[in-house]
Amino acid sequence: MLKLTINGQEIEVPKGTMLLSACQQAGADIPTFCYDPDLKLAGSCRMCVVEVEGRRNLLASCVTPCENNMVVSTESDRTTEARKVILELLLARHKVECMTCEKVGMCKLQDYCYRYGVKDSRFAGEKGHFAMEDPNPFIERDYDKCIMCTRCVRACEEITGAQAINVKERGHHAKISTIFDGKLADSTCVFCGQCIMVCPVGALTSKVSMGKGRSMEYDRVLTTCTYCGTGCTLELNVKDDQVVGVTSNRDATYSPVNKGALCVKGRFGWDFIHSPERLTTPLIKENGQFRPASWEEAMDFAANKLKAIKEKDGPDSIAMFSSARVTNEENYLAQKMMRAAIGTNNVDHCARL
Amino acid sequence: MTNSIGELGTDATAIFLIGTNTTENHPVIGYKIKKNVRENGAKLVVADPRRIDLAEMADVYMQFRPGTDVALLNGMMNVIINEGLMDKEFVENRTEGFEAVKQVVEKYTPEMVSVITGVPAEDIKKAARIYAEAEAGSLCYAMGLTQHTTGTDNVKSACNLAMLTGNLGRPGTGVNPLRGQNNVQGACDMGALPVSYPAYQAVSADANREKFEQAWGVKLSPNNGCTLTAAINKAHHGELKGLYVLGENPVLSDPDSHHVIEALEKLDLLIVQDIFLTETAQLADVVLPGVTWAEKDGTFSNTERRVQRVRKAVSSPGDARQDWEILVDMTNRLGYACSYDSPEDIFEEIRKVTPSYAGITYARIDQTGLHWPCPNEEHPGTPILHAEKFSRGLGLFHAIEFQEAFELPDEEYPLILSTGRSLFHYHTGTMTRKAVALDVHQPENVVQVSPNKAAELGIIDGEKVRLTTRRGSIELKAQVTDILNDQVVFTFFHFSEASANVLTQAEKLDPVAGIPEYKVCAARLEKIV
Ligand code: SF4
Ligand code: SF4
Ligand code: SF4
Repeated sequence: MLKLTINGQEIEVPKGTMLLSACQQAGADIPTFCYDPDLKLAGSCRMCVVEVEGRRNLLASCVTPCENNMVVSTESDRTTEARKVILELLLARHKVECMTCEKVGMCKLQDYCYRYGVKDSRFAGEKGHFAMEDPNPFIERDYDKCIMCTRCVRACEEITGAQAINVKERGHHAKISTIFDGKLADSTCVFCGQCIMVCPVGALTSKVSMGKGRSMEYDRVLTTCTYCGTGCTLELNVKDDQVVGVTSNRDATYSPVNKGALCVKGRFGWDFIHSPERLTTPLIKENGQFRPASWEEAMDFAANKLKAIKEKDGPDSIAMFSSARVTNEENYLAQKMMRAAIGTNNVDHCARL
Repeated sequence: MTNSIGELGTDATAIFLIGTNTTENHPVIGYKIKKNVRENGAKLVVADPRRIDLAEMADVYMQFRPGTDVALLNGMMNVIINEGLMDKEFVENRTEGFEAVKQVVEKYTPEMVSVITGVPAEDIKKAARIYAEAEAGSLCYAMGLTQHTTGTDNVKSACNLAMLTGNLGRPGTGVNPLRGQNNVQGACDMGALPVSYPAYQAVSADANREKFEQAWGVKLSPNNGCTLTAAINKAHHGELKGLYVLGENPVLSDPDSHHVIEALEKLDLLIVQDIFLTETAQLADVVLPGVTWAEKDGTFSNTERRVQRVRKAVSSPGDARQDWEILVDMTNRLGYACSYDSPEDIFEEIRKVTPSYAGITYARIDQTGLHWPCPNEEHPGTPILHAEKFSRGLGLFHAIEFQEAFELPDEEYPLILSTGRSLFHYHTGTMTRKAVALDVHQPENVVQVSPNKAAELGIIDGEKVRLTTRRGSIELKAQVTDILNDQVVFTFFHFSEASANVLTQAEKLDPVAGIPEYKVCAARLEKIV
C-alpha cells in the first residue's frame, strides 16, 4: 500500500492507483473533461491537474501513478489558475450558445466555468467553423461546441467497436470527423449514440430529443429496453408526462447488462410511445368497419362471444397468442386465463418467429 | 443462455457464433464480443451464410449453405474426435450417449462436409480446433440456427459439440441462444406455451396439473395445447373458432401471410389487444387498446435469464388500459374470479408457482436484476447453469444425421431465400416503423443479392425488383452486396409494404418445436420490366 496526504487528509491506496482515483477516494472533486472511467486514458485536457509538493510542474492526476508519501493539493491557487486558463482556451473556440443548448445542466464546460468564475476568454479571436451538416436522423454534430476531449472517439472504438470517427488535423484545426470527413451514414457508424453519452458538452446531441427538454426539466425513470432480448437498462426522460428522450446509467449496479451502452433502437427508438396512431379506445367491427366502443361494451362483447364458442365447440376451439413483448406478469395472467377460465392449453407466443 | 452475457466480454477465450448476426440483432452483446476479441485476443469463429460484420474480425469465417448446420457441426465433431481434441473426462463423467454420436459423425469428414456446406475442409478443421482447444469456449446461436425444419436437430448438434469439448458449466463457456425479443425468455418461463405451466412444468404430468389445480382452485385440461403455427392451421381448417391475440402480429410474423390472413378471416371471433391497429388488428372483431412498456410496471426476463424491472414512466393515452387489468377483467367475465392490486401482487403469485422465480422479489431486483433459478430469498441467483450437473443428471448426446431443408432451389425457383432482422427495426415494425428516426433511416425493405447474381439478372443496386416464391411475390429494392454468395438472397420481415412472410412456407415446420423454416425457401428474383 502507498501512503499519501491529499488536501491534508492521509489516505492509503494500493500500488498502481492513479492520483485522480486517490484524490476522489479522499473526497476531492477533481474536474475532468477527457477522463472517462470506462475508456483508455488520454491525459490530454489537463483539467485534472493537481499540485504535488516538491514537483515543479502541476501533474495531470488521471495519468500520474501514486507514489509513496506524496503530499497533494487539489484546489491550490496554481491549480485553479491553470484550470481557468484551460477553460478560457476552450471558450475561445467554443460556440457559446447556452441559451438554446440541449446540454444545459449536463454540460461540464458550463459547470466548470461556473465553478471557477470564468465568464469569457482572454484569448478570444476568430472561432473555428467546424459545424457539420449531417442529415442522419439520430445525431446532431455541432463541432463548433467541441472541446476535443476525444471521449467520443474512444467510446466509439472501445465500447461499440465501430471506429467510425477519429481526430483529424492538428492543433487549432483539429476536429472530429469520419474517415473521409463525411456523413456518419457513409461511415461504419451504427448510430448507437455512445458518443452522445460520453460527450461532456453540447457538441453531440440527440436529434430525436431536440427541443423537447433539458436535463433539469425532466425526470429519469430507470427501466429495461423494450426491444431485443439483451435486456439493456435505460432511463426514460420524462417531462410533463411525456417521454422526451432516453439516457442511460453507466453504473453497473443499475445497468448490469450494458453499463450504459445502448444500440440505436434503445437510444433513439422510443418516440412511438406518443405516436398519434396509438389506439386510444376499444373498437368493435360492424359491417366491416370499426367503431369506437366503451370498455364495458367491448369487454362484454368479447367475453360473451368467447363463452358462446366454448359452450358450442368446446374450450379447445379457442386459442391465445400471448406475447414476447409484454411483461412476465401479463404472460402469467394470459396463460392462467386460458387454462383456468377457458380450460384449454392452447396458449403460445411467437418465441419461434 | 446457460451463461451470462458479461462472460462473452471477459471470460470466453474463444467464441463460436453460428446463425447469429449479433451486432445487428443483439448489438450490445456484439459490442462485448468485439471488445473481447480486440482487447483480450479472444478467438472468434463465425458460421453464417452472410459475411456479417463480425465475420470481418473472425479467425475463421465459414460461409455455409443455408440449412446445412447439422453437417457443419458434425464435421467439426469429426475433426475433434479424430484429432484427439475432445474432453474425455467431461464426456465420461458428465454425459451419456457419446458412442452413438461418434458412429454417426465418423462419416462426416471435413472433405465430405465441405461438399455439402461449401466450406473449405481446412476451415472446418481450423474452426474445430479453435473451439475445442479453447480454455473457455462459448457457443452462441440465434434464429439462424433454429428457424429450420431441422431446428431442433441443429440445436441438439450444437449441444453435442459443447459437451464433446467440455465447454459447459464454467465461466465463458456454454450453449447460448441469444433470444430475439425482449421478453421471449419470460413468456416461456411464465408458461405462455401450449405444453407447460410456468417454469416449464409439463401440463401432461399429472403431478403438475394437480399442483396447479390446487393453486388455482379449478380443474385443468390434461391435453397439450396447440402451437401458434398449428393454431393458424386449425383455424384454416375451421376447427379453431376463437383467437385472442395479445401484442402479436401474426399477419407479418408468421409464415405464408396469405395463409394466415385466410385463417384469421375464417374465425368466428378474433380479439386483438395491442397498442396500434396492426395488420392483424385490422382483421379483428374487437380491438382492446393496451399500453406500451413506458406506461406499465412489471418485469422482463432477458436472454441470460435475468429478471429485471420495467417501470411506468408516463400515463397512457385516451382510454388505453393497463394490459394486466384487461386480462384480469376478461378472466373474471369468463367466470373465473381473480383480483390483483398491482403487477407486484401478480408477481407474488408467480413466485409461489414458479420454483425458479421463488426467491425473486421486486425489492431484491430494485437495482440489479437476478438470474433464475433463484429458489429462495437468500439465493444469489444463477448466472451459470449446469456447473456441477445437468438438470437431468447426465448430459445426453443425440446422434443426428444431416437432412436437407424442406424446399430446395430448382429450375423455377433457383435461389435460396433467407429472412431475418435489421439493426434499425424490430420484429413486425409495430413500434420501430412508428419511431420516426428509425423509419426515416430505413423506410423500406430491400433484398440483398450478390454482385454476380445481380449482373446475371441485369439488376442494378437500388432498382425495384420482384421476389417470388411458391406462396407469393413482393416488390422491393435490390441491395447489391458481396456479403452473400451467388445462390442466396436475403430480406427482412419488418415491412408490411413488402412483407417477407408473404414468401415463406408454412407447409413443413420443425416437427418438435413447430418452428418455421425462415432461413431456407426456394425463390426467384426478377427485374421488373
Ligand atoms: S453513434 Fe456510435 S458508432 Fe456512430 S460515431 Fe457515435 S459512437 Fe461511433
Ligand atoms: S464531440 Fe464531444 S466527446 Fe467528441 S471530442 Fe468533441 S467534446 Fe469531446
Ligand atoms: S438497447 Fe439495443 S441491444 Fe440493448 S436491449 Fe435495447 S435493442 Fe437490445
